[in-house]
Amino acid sequence: MRRSTPVLFRRLGRYYLLYAAGFVGLVLLLAVAERFGLAPRWIGQIFLFSTIAIYALIGVMSRTSDVSEYYVAGRRVPALFNGMATAADWMSAASFIGLAGTLYYSGFEGLAFVTGWTGGYVLVALLLAPFLRKFGEFTIPDFLGARYEGHFARMVGVFAGVLASFVYVVAQIYGVGLITSRFIGIEFEIGVFVGLAGILVCSFLGGMRAVTWTQVAQYLILIIAYLVPVVILSYEVTGVPVPQAVYGKVLHDLGVKEVELFTEPRENEVRALYRLRADDLARKISELPESLVAERQTQTLRVNELRTQGAPAREVAAAERALRDLPRTPDDARIKWERARQDSLQRSIPPPPHAEAHPGPDQASRDNARLNFIALSFVLMVGTAGLPHILMRYYTTPSVRDARRSVFWTLFFIFLLYVTAPAYAVFAKWEVYSTLVGSHIASLPSWVVSWGKVGLVKIEDINADGILQLAELSLNSDAILLLTPEIAGLPYVVAGLVAAGGLAAALSTADGLLLTISHALSHDLYYRMINPEASTQRRLVITKSQLLVVAVVAAWVASLRPDSILFMVGLAFSIAASAFFPALVLGIFWKRANKWGAVSGMIAGLGITLFYIVLTHPFFGGGLENAWFGIHPISCGVFGVPTGFLVIVVISLLTPPPGAAVLALVDNVRLPDAGR
Amino acid sequence: MDDTEARQRAYWRSTLRVTGVLLSVWAAVSFLPGWFADELNRFVFFGWPFGFYMAGQGALIVFLLIVWIYDRWMVRLERRYGLDDEG
Repeated sequence: MRRSTPVLFRRLGRYYLLYAAGFVGLVLLLAVAERFGLAPRWIGQIFLFSTIAIYALIGVMSRTSDVSEYYVAGRRVPALFNGMATAADWMSAASFIGLAGTLYYSGFEGLAFVTGWTGGYVLVALLLAPFLRKFGEFTIPDFLGARYEGHFARMVGVFAGVLASFVYVVAQIYGVGLITSRFIGIEFEIGVFVGLAGILVCSFLGGMRAVTWTQVAQYLILIIAYLVPVVILSYEVTGVPVPQAVYGKVLHDLGVKEVELFTEPRENEVRALYRLRADDLARKISELPESLVAERQTQTLRVNELRTQGAPAREVAAAERALRDLPRTPDDARIKWERARQDSLQRSIPPPPHAEAHPGPDQASRDNARLNFIALSFVLMVGTAGLPHILMRYYTTPSVRDARRSVFWTLFFIFLLYVTAPAYAVFAKWEVYSTLVGSHIASLPSWVVSWGKVGLVKIEDINADGILQLAELSLNSDAILLLTPEIAGLPYVVAGLVAAGGLAAALSTADGLLLTISHALSHDLYYRMINPEASTQRRLVITKSQLLVVAVVAAWVASLRPDSILFMVGLAFSIAASAFFPALVLGIFWKRANKWGAVSGMIAGLGITLFYIVLTHPFFGGGLENAWFGIHPISCGVFGVPTGFLVIVVISLLTPPPGAAVLALVDNVRLPDAGR
Repeated sequence: MDDTEARQRAYWRSTLRVTGVLLSVWAAVSFLPGWFADELNRFVFFGWPFGFYMAGQGALIVFLLIVWIYDRWMVRLERRYGLDDEG
């Protein structure tokens, strides 16, 4: 098997080089076509459909009905390509679309995501990947079942794995819906199902084998799409096309610009107006329900007044709409006005300087920000090392040594994106602060209108001076990345490229996750626990049908538009971190860990994590006032992980040690390829 | 047979040592710059405030180095204890 690897490697290298060149050719062709007047709508559609067609083609070409091929791609994926596929598997809609926006708004605080999402791979390399590869089965619950003697541990693993992956996959499909609806101009709900079709053509026919080769293709597209706009921007602003190396200087200039903007008289005027509005809303809320009646009267009066004065139709229509949109009941009004009050309040204070660490009005809130920063990076790192869809990728390499090397390549390929994201945010902010802010509202470019229609860009001239102030502009955080090429005035082909990249990121992650879920259900639950005599034929049929069911259910949940992408992803990380990490690591590094310890530790860790979310997240009726040490719900795993470790150790020591077969298994996974 | 077992045990002890060293580097790089970011931000590093640079780029480079060194080091260990392909 090791013999054939170099040949396979060279052939794959040639294929993907040709493919990447073809894709760059397509981009250039479209750029030329745009010069000659190809409509933006067409560019977006050509990008999305041609890339989906490529993925489908690869999916069909690598279809398989061999079990080992379907589950672990025949265990002959070279380290470099497995690294690329894992990187695509890993970088989701949240990384690709969400991260730059988060960094744009949170500045330094957002860097917790950058360190967290890369540092986790050190844990994967040092503590898990080589040992899991040596174990060499198909899934993560396989390992739990073998190491912790029996179905109980396997079942907890299946439950936690399916839960984490499902939450995660919903977030991806949501991202797919967002992109397809914006760039093809179809309904969000239909966009979700179009994206689903794109996901299924890969994973359904060819399992891990097809998903691996599609993911390599998707990685190439997503990294090109991420780098191109920011390289162009960097060249335009600094004259050097290496944004990662020069954004420090732009960050410095941005700091100067921030001071200038935050002290500008007109900005202050706008902020004061927002503070007045917030105070006014607070008064109205406290005087409910009379204030709602009064509000309705004033607005009715105003409509009539405008009508009798013969005001322009547009103004009358606006006043009528305002009257119609007035909340119906005092309860509605309380919710709606409170949201508006929060928004106005936020605009009334200048944002913290981009590079400032742990900003806050007083020392207590600064300390709290610092604690949350550390907690978030911890959870993201440990969660990375617990996500089954990432860990099971290391089963696909030919050897233990390749598994180790493959983690290096994975980290290298994701490094390229994560090291660019902060630069992306700084350049985007620089463009907005230096060119957009201060321009005349009447002469704003057309993207403001087109993105305004989808509700992702809002502009309100509150002081009616006809000039855009920073506080008057609101950009949706998830839209920043897709918007930046247009803000910077780059050709539309770049915006289309970015959308194709976002789609690749969301599709590749969704593929890997769906595969994990269906493997857990069909392999671990059905084959290992319900019907061990099942024929391979039957196992694959079960896997494929599970995949279909899970995909449709996930798409349905996504079409209900639950919470934001980032929260769902954070939740998945906390679940994975607290359920899997302690049991997997102790299973390899501590022979005394036994079945009872592992099972109770996994349940306890997961339980604490879920309990804390319900306690603190408004979605479940909780609130931050219940928080322990002021830790935000997204970092709930910070309590689950230590709990998991502690419970495993204590319960293991209280119960009899594991049997000889388990000790032999542990000895075996600790040795490299040639050992035993 | 006894010799093999002794070699394997020594290999695992060395593995633990490598893992321990690299993990402490990882922990230091992951959490110290975040905790002392305010203090580090007072230094300027090629235009970046140093705390910002570490969290946004410096730590990532160190992570990459750790994983690379681990791979090389483990290959050497395998060879030293005769557990590589020829062994």
